[in-house]
Amino acid sequence: MFDDIIQYLPYKSSFLFVDHITALDENGVTGDYTLNGNAFFYEDHFANNPVTPGVIITEIMAQIGVVVLGIYLVKSGNTKEAVRMDERSFPLLTSTDVSFFKMVLPGEKVTVTSKKLYFRFGKLKCAIEMRNEAAELVAKGMFSGMIRNFPVDERANG
Amino acid sequence: MDRQTVLTELKRVLAPYTEDKEKLNNITEDTDLLRDLQINSANLVDIIIDAESQYNIEIDNDSAEKMTNVGNSIDVILSKINQSA
Repeated sequence: MFDDIIQYLPYKSSFLFVDHITALDENGVTGDYTLNGNAFFYEDHFANNPVTPGVIITEIMAQIGVVVLGIYLVKSGNTKEAVRMDERSFPLLTSTDVSFFKMVLPGEKVTVTSKKLYFRFGKLKCAIEMRNEAAELVAKGMFSGMIRNFPVDERANG
Repeated sequence: MDRQTVLTELKRVLAPYTEDKEKLNNITEDTDLLRDLQINSANLVDIIIDAESQYNIEIDNDSAEKMTNVGNSIDVILSKINQSA
């Protein structure tokens, strides 16, 4: 329903973890992602026992809950924040605090719900939950992020 | 409220975001939040929000940009307290 916004995400193929956005307004977002059984990380995590890594769970929550909502807030213009996105912009995750409750296996569909706590001075902070298809809580946490512009020369020296 | 009181209270506001507790204990009005206390720049936003709730004030974007060192932060906090009084 709100899938158009996915085109603005700066991720490609193996690191894009958003399939659908089903609810989106200035206070929050809901979206889902189905884990691809052929994803690069399952071969090695763990050997002969594929389990979705916690960092990937965290990334799915961040992409849907912080990046999609952040891009929406910036693009909608319904905010006093003087933040803009252009081709040199990228989303920067500034902090996470996540608890994990259940494993996620290859092929599972997960749904992420994010509630905005604040968006001020360019920083978006959200309370985010992930649930599986049985609506069981998979992970829960607080996430913050900002949109950054890196000048080209700074990146070269970095 | 005097500057010394605000400085003492500011230490408590900064504490959760400062790794080096000794530097925090020895802050002066010239202490730079990013350079001297090595606070993560994204946490400056949390510090401003915590200061707002501590003093029941509202800090606008222009004022927030000035809050880079301890002395300037005290200036902003005191001027907002006086505005709302």
